[in-house]
Amino acid sequence: MSQSQWKNPWTWWIGIGCLILAMPTGLVFASFIYPQFDVWQHLFNTVLSDYVFNSLCLAFGVGALVILIGTPLAWCISRYDFVGRKYLQWLVLLPMSMPAYIVAYTYTGILDFAGPLQTWLRSQFDWKYGDYYFPEIRSLGGATLMLALVLYPYVYLLARTAFIDQPRNLEETAKSLGISSLRYWFKVVFPLARPAILMGMALAMMEAFADYGTVQYFGISTFTTGIFRTWFGLNNGMAAAQLAAVLTGFVILLLFVEHFSRRKTSYYFQGQVTKTNQRKRLNKGANILVFILCFTPVLLGFLLPFMQLMSWAVDTFQEQFTQGFLVLVWNSFYLASIASISAVSIALLFAYGKRLNHSKLIQVLVGMVSLGYAVPGTVIAIGALISLSWLDLRLNEVTEGLYNTSVGLVLSGSLFSLILVYSSRFLAVALHNVETGLARIKPSMDDAARSLGYKPIHILKAVHIPLLKTSVLSALLLVFVDVLKELPATLILRPFNFNTLSIKTFELASDERLSDAALPALSIVLVGILPVVLLTKIMDRAVHE
Amino acid sequence: MNELFFKDAMLTLNDVSVAYKNEVVVHNVNINLLVGQIGCLLGPSGCGKTSVLRAIAGFEKLSSGSLSLRNTVVNDADTMVPPEVRKVAVVFQDYALFPHLTVAENVTFGLYQKQKSVKKQRMLELLELVGLSGYENRRPHELSGGQQQRVALARALAPRPDLLLLDEPFSSLDAELRDELAKDIRCILKHENTTALMVTHDQHEAFTMADIIGVMSKGQLIQWSDAYGLYHKPVNKFVASFIGDGAFLPAQIQANNMLKCDLGEFELSREYSFERGDTLEMLVRPDDVLYDNSSNSLAKVVSRSFRGSHTLYELELQVKNRLSVLCLALSHHDHKVGELFGIRLELEHVIVFSVSR
Repeated sequence: MSQSQWKNPWTWWIGIGCLILAMPTGLVFASFIYPQFDVWQHLFNTVLSDYVFNSLCLAFGVGALVILIGTPLAWCISRYDFVGRKYLQWLVLLPMSMPAYIVAYTYTGILDFAGPLQTWLRSQFDWKYGDYYFPEIRSLGGATLMLALVLYPYVYLLARTAFIDQPRNLEETAKSLGISSLRYWFKVVFPLARPAILMGMALAMMEAFADYGTVQYFGISTFTTGIFRTWFGLNNGMAAAQLAAVLTGFVILLLFVEHFSRRKTSYYFQGQVTKTNQRKRLNKGANILVFILCFTPVLLGFLLPFMQLMSWAVDTFQEQFTQGFLVLVWNSFYLASIASISAVSIALLFAYGKRLNHSKLIQVLVGMVSLGYAVPGTVIAIGALISLSWLDLRLNEVTEGLYNTSVGLVLSGSLFSLILVYSSRFLAVALHNVETGLARIKPSMDDAARSLGYKPIHILKAVHIPLLKTSVLSALLLVFVDVLKELPATLILRPFNFNTLSIKTFELASDERLSDAALPALSIVLVGILPVVLLTKIMDRAVHE
Repeated sequence: MNELFFKDAMLTLNDVSVAYKNEVVVHNVNINLLVGQIGCLLGPSGCGKTSVLRAIAGFEKLSSGSLSLRNTVVNDADTMVPPEVRKVAVVFQDYALFPHLTVAENVTFGLYQKQKSVKKQRMLELLELVGLSGYENRRPHELSGGQQQRVALARALAPRPDLLLLDEPFSSLDAELRDELAKDIRCILKHENTTALMVTHDQHEAFTMADIIGVMSKGQLIQWSDAYGLYHKPVNKFVASFIGDGAFLPAQIQANNMLKCDLGEFELSREYSFERGDTLEMLVRPDDVLYDNSSNSLAKVVSRSFRGSHTLYELELQVKNRLSVLCLALSHHDHKVGELFGIRLELEHVIVFSVSR
């Protein structure tokens, strides 16, 4: 490294920022310096194989299911014209607004013995308890289905872009060479879209590994529930951190898959202009079939649970809409606001640092920290709790020595820890948006403005701020909603007696007060629809340009 | 030619060098551009011509030398005038139009200190000049490449800059559009009496646009001359082969300053001082090789390309080394590949280079 890099203030600011953000995850890995042999012996003899087996089954099951749902969906919507296509292309994104644990408990309500479906079946066929077989939703298979129903949009979105971006002349070339449609699909369309599909799968699998709410509610032992149990049951923070490190190891493997696929997609689709925007019209029978195929994921992933939540919320509105509920809303709102402002500010600092300095060091540092999206919330939270409580202890020693007073748990016991974890986990979302916005501002625009008599500070006002405004706003919104939905890290790190909508939802549902949980759950879902609308706006614009 | 007419120096580069991280990309370049002149830096990509342009605009600092505008130093070892006060406008290769602003707002971007009515008047005047009247409220993405180019030019001209820099202004346009636009822009620049310096790798653009052209190679300015001078009096073999077509024939110095080659003997001008017996290379342009049925020098057609009024032949001389030359013959002298015809060399200026060894 050259000398000048050390003198550059950007390097320092970004370096310090990266260090703080990476501290929790780094600490999780560092936990192995205190090996916990007894606990591991115990875990190995009892539950460890369950954790590994269930987590892997869940992740791979979700991976397979999201491909099965997302790919045909993307294909139909990008290549066929059928009834309702215009609306379905964004309706199919709606399940993204549903946190998996909310869908899980809603379906439990719908499919339970006392739920509407089984009650109806019994009255219809005059069955009694034990007369019939009904699949148990609170199972590994059920959890896989629940997660897949809300995670398939990852595959759908990426595959759709890949299908649309495939140059038209490829298909025309193949046709002129006498290749049949089916053969073309398997030889060209699918191989070209495969990296995008794998990327979507990897993202969905990361979410599956990170899930805590669904598996905890369904009573399935996975790594995330294991981490909680080791910490709060066995009271061993170090062992919990080590479990978290193993879980992160799995996720890092997925990161490689994702990274590799991403490189491949950019390689496949460079500099090709003519896109495939033509869609085939379908005849009547096929029309209905494709409509049903595309509507089912929306129905199961959004409409059905949404209607159930609505009906519960209407029933319980009188007793649930209280002072306490408003406090929940306020807590969630200001926590998510502070977190999104913090994440976006850091993203702006990093993005400008990267733009103004082409130094390798900064690129690598920012690249590393923005991998936080892959690290499960539980893992970051554990790391943050351990590192911040250690810092708190040292801080208190110092203040007691100097002023004879202790400041208490200022870092680990306050909202600071939550903001740190959210910023670390959702930085990538913010950074991606800010960088996309910044990429629209070509360096030559800065030069153009300067040659027309503008000072750098005025260029910021006249060019950068207006051009960045929308991407910064969408970054704020996306982080806001992610924070609102986040569960495990909030559960671990929230200050005493501090509740948010997601925590209240989860607690009420865990107490089997499903209908009482509907009002906070519905609030999360309704706010969660906003980024979906935003996403459709962005997609529409991309099509028009 | 025009140099006597133009009296004031607009841009002066004195031994200018530019370096990026210790790598010198421009070596001791000297340029003098007069008020109202259109200059051009021509060279293959990576020759340092864009670095010169960026240094003039003030986006890069000189590593040595001095740069003056209107005889006032704006950049040397002690001075660095920032780009925003140099009154040097730039038309960028990618146009760099602001996507959030309309055409009108883009054009008036540099007039922020002016009154509203002045702004509007100048904007309308310029849009008319570049042929985009009525496009005021469009956004850049609604315009074609050529139209964006014109907006970029209007925006750069709006504040009446002392000097206009154009960086590969036609590189992203269709070939047909290029020629037309180059002529238009030359007219516009002359109309506004703007001093301009353009950078390009395309000699036809340079010939169409510029009064004076500098050929650059490997960071050095090789020759600073008008198009005629570059074509007919190139200072070295690089310029001779970079500008236009041509062939090099081996030649020897004879007595009385005469030069002998396979196509005859020619008198060498006094500018050259070579010893008798020196082996040299002589530049032969396609228009120097004439069709002559009475000539004893026969040449075989190797390939031909029809160009309407003329045909360009690649010919192989019927001598030991089977040297080849190009010949631009009137197209009614029609010969097939493999046929022989007589040629004669008629040179107005004999250009020779010592053999590089």
